[in-house]
Amino acid sequence: MPLALVAGFVRKTIAIADMEVRKLRHDPTELLTRALQPALWLLVFGQVISRGRVVDTGDLPYLDFLVPGILAQSVLFIAIFNGISIIWERDLGIVHKFLASPTPRAALVLGKAIGGGVRALIQAVVVIALAELLDVRVRWDPLALAGAAALILLGAAVFSTFSLIIACLVKTRERFMGIGQVLTMPLFFASNAIYPTSMMPGWLQVISHSNPLTYQVDGLRALILSGTPPPGVGLGTDFAVLGGVLLLLVMVSARLYPNIVR
Amino acid sequence: MTANIIISTRGLTRRFGNVVAVDGLHLDIEAGEIFGLVGRNGAGKTTVIKMLTTLLPPSAGSASIAGWDVVSQASRVRRIIGYVPQALSADGELTGYENLLVFARLFDIPRAERRARIEGALRFMDLTEVAPRLVRSYSGGMIRRLEIAQSTLHRPKVLFLDEPTVGLDPLARHTVWEHIARLNAEFGTTVVVTTHYMDEAEVLCDHLAILHQGALAAVDTPEALKARIGPDATLDDAFAHFTGGSPEQEGSYAETSRTRRAASRLG
Repeated sequence: MPLALVAGFVRKTIAIADMEVRKLRHDPTELLTRALQPALWLLVFGQVISRGRVVDTGDLPYLDFLVPGILAQSVLFIAIFNGISIIWERDLGIVHKFLASPTPRAALVLGKAIGGGVRALIQAVVVIALAELLDVRVRWDPLALAGAAALILLGAAVFSTFSLIIACLVKTRERFMGIGQVLTMPLFFASNAIYPTSMMPGWLQVISHSNPLTYQVDGLRALILSGTPPPGVGLGTDFAVLGGVLLLLVMVSARLYPNIVR
Repeated sequence: MTANIIISTRGLTRRFGNVVAVDGLHLDIEAGEIFGLVGRNGAGKTTVIKMLTTLLPPSAGSASIAGWDVVSQASRVRRIIGYVPQALSADGELTGYENLLVFARLFDIPRAERRARIEGALRFMDLTEVAPRLVRSYSGGMIRRLEIAQSTLHRPKVLFLDEPTVGLDPLARHTVWEHIARLNAEFGTTVVVTTHYMDEAEVLCDHLAILHQGALAAVDTPEALKARIGPDATLDDAFAHFTGGSPEQEGSYAETSRTRRAASRLG
């Protein structure tokens, strides 16, 4: 019986995720417009900072160091958008119908999160292609790339679920927009995405170490670059932290999700 | 009412802060009938539906569907009901077929049966030809029929329809009514429908409950309700008698804006 429950849970999570992917297939223009921002970060910000040699990244060129950071950033921005789509679907009535169906709340949440992850993966392909054009030395090792893909899915799921929780708490689009801005910027700047943690003042290092984005960037740096990045916390820790955070967030959001229609 | 009761509420109450949206409702709904909840905007119709569909916990009292309690046995209830909310609930970014596919999966319809079941539902609702199109391009009446198809794929015992024809033109309204009546006749589905249109209530419903400010003002067949007022009374007269006004009055700003939004999307 518990096995049948798990199988049902997995089936329904996939049904929700599949629905999200189908939407993307019907209208892929969103993916193109979203590629603009990471391109700007690499082409403008990355070039300027490399020239100035302001950031000490050891033997690794700054642009190489930056690529995993921008990758994680674009994943974050896509994932945060998930919350607003939930509010939109609630305003319509779509969420009501899902909640009145025999679908575990956690499957609704996780399915959405995986949908966000697939969006992010496509985005990642764009960023890596761009990096290759900019002469960043990408490690073309299938195993490492598979690991990176897993990390991107995991990171996207974490931040999608996080944004879902925010959406359940604030409930309106206007408030979500405000709060989304206020949260994404600190998450981004208080991480190792564009500079190593070692450059930060002590208090910021503490925040950065409790920021899931830092672990995603750390893992991506270890996986996708052929140069040697500054030493990180290790892949095992990266996956464990993100996995643990995801589990916690899914449990919290499954609790909060029904509130959105009340 | 000694017949086969499928839905029963006992002192069902819901408060939002100091506002009593639904006030001690006692209702018994027979299996196989079309039951109408009529009242003005803000009378508590949608709140009743939300409690019966397990979306909103009651503040007091209880309700059960086919013997299952809507709070403590919510997951049982969700297997045997279908729900079409007032607002647009089909996904415009998917095709008609895909909208049905996702619900076939969520309602555990076995893979081998899915295709036949979906095609059957499309045929029943006269949507076969438009099934491969994105729902964004559908008319309001088509969307409503698709939503009803989505909510009945699993052959629910009870179908809840919240204001099913708001924003539709007269022709589309009649088509939706016909489909609801056929669903009820062919599958014996019990239908609970909320409406503030008296013509809709009269054409469709076997019994009507008139809600006024969250409380039950009257419950009976449309004929009996009219007969209580006088020999030539219309249902509008009966409604006015039991609620002290016409069905078109009042409604809060939020309700009005929601209704208009739904109407403009469906239009």
